Amino acid sequence: MKKISLTLIGLYLLFLHGFSQVTEHYTNIFQAKPLKLEEINLVTSYYSQTGTHSAVTGGGTLVMGNQVLNGSEQLTDFANMLELKLVGYGETGLKHTILAGLGVDHHTAASQRWISNTGASSPEGTRVYPSINWTEENEAKGTEFGFGSYYSHEYNYNSFALDGHYGFKNKTGGEFTGKVSAYFDQVKLIYPSELIPATAITDVTPYVNVIKTNASSGKGGIINTPGTNYDNKENIPSSPRNTYTGSLTYTQVINKSAQFSLLLDIVKQDGWLGLPFHRVFFTNGTEAIENLPHSRLKIPVGARFNYFIGDDIIVRSYYRFYTDDWGLVSHTASIEVPYKINPFFSISPFYRYYTQTATKYFAPLGKHTSTETFYTSNYSSSAFSSNYFGLGLRSAPPGGFANTYLSALELRFGHYAQTTDLNSNVISLHFTLK
Amino acid sequence: MKKTKLFISIVLLLIFASSCETVKEYQKNRLKDAEMVLNARRVEKNEMNFQSYKEGASGANGGKTGGGCGCN
Repeated sequence: MKKISLTLIGLYLLFLHGFSQVTEHYTNIFQAKPLKLEEINLVTSYYSQTGTHSAVTGGGTLVMGNQVLNGSEQLTDFANMLELKLVGYGETGLKHTILAGLGVDHHTAASQRWISNTGASSPEGTRVYPSINWTEENEAKGTEFGFGSYYSHEYNYNSFALDGHYGFKNKTGGEFTGKVSAYFDQVKLIYPSELIPATAITDVTPYVNVIKTNASSGKGGIINTPGTNYDNKENIPSSPRNTYTGSLTYTQVINKSAQFSLLLDIVKQDGWLGLPFHRVFFTNGTEAIENLPHSRLKIPVGARFNYFIGDDIIVRSYYRFYTDDWGLVSHTASIEVPYKINPFFSISPFYRYYTQTATKYFAPLGKHTSTETFYTSNYSSSAFSSNYFGLGLRSAPPGGFANTYLSALELRFGHYAQTTDLNSNVISLHFTLK
Repeated sequence: MKKTKLFISIVLLLIFASSCETVKEYQKNRLKDAEMVLNARRVEKNEMNFQSYKEGASGANGGKTGGGCGCN
């Protein structure tokens, strides 16, 4: 009898303990937690480039009057991006994540000098781009949705974007995400100095001087002619460029060490799809700004496969097929193999191969005929292939670096070479603070 | 030829997908490793931007598809 009583008391206590756990569990789940700063990411990069086929000078070096317009694509860019991640839980147990970002880039481009055919245009430019994203996640159901907004400003280009996404997980380790986004951009119609439309000259008198001298620079648009100082960039007209994207992503866990994702984007662009300071020279010696169709449909399809081999090696692989209605077809394949020297430090060699066919509208310097409707000598539209390789280092010691908020540090260096003679180097540093 | 390639790809994908295991949360420590993420990592963001400026193709990598800058 004693045994039965003790067993019953034991069972009662067990149940009581069990229920008390459940109550505590639910209390925790539904306890609202205000938004809290969880992570800060800072990425800083330095990029330098050389090349000989600047689109500003029509795809090469040429002589205009007594002036030699250098086709150099020499460029440097210092890019910085700060992102704050805030996480909180609502009263219904839904997880809220806010990502707030701010990017600032500053570049110097040799080709920008030649927007003016005297070489007097500003070679510098600064771009500022804040962004904000909000996501609400139901962790119990495995669903999430969210919205985002993005703005970018540089002297000759402004952009405003909105996006929304919805995702859900299935019971077999799969996750599906659909996203739509729309960019509403404005391209400032800055022409090469010798090609400024006559209407613009009659419309706004100082405007002609502004166009002659600026590029994408906050300091552009200023010319000091004897007795005159113009800085009225507001008078330069703009033309819209809209980009609408629908994206589908499916990710799947294969086993404890492997997973893959499939990516599909459908992109529709309309508006001014070239840049107005890109020159084209025809076979008969005449000149114009590049002229491209006002519509473009792009379809990129990609796949990623990541595999953890043994305890030390990860293989990250990626392939993309791209096609569009301008006749460009491309293939991209990349592989990166992070090797973990210890659980907190890894070294990652990587290689990327890219190849593309030319668009229907590309021809090199002096090869277009003036009877063509559409034409460009921008070498990003030419047929070429490229190789990109380099090395990454990542360290994330437990407890952070010397017990500070700095939890992870990544350094990545890459060298890029195109068959068009364009070469570049990029070094990036990523700090994660928690 | 194109149809054959597409057919083979779909069959391979189905074989691949059907061989997936159910992995419990506590078994995902490798899958959750920072270098196993199925996106381009933040440290790659700027180099991807440069590539989208200098190449005709973009998209299907979680990054830009064309808007937001003077690139293609």
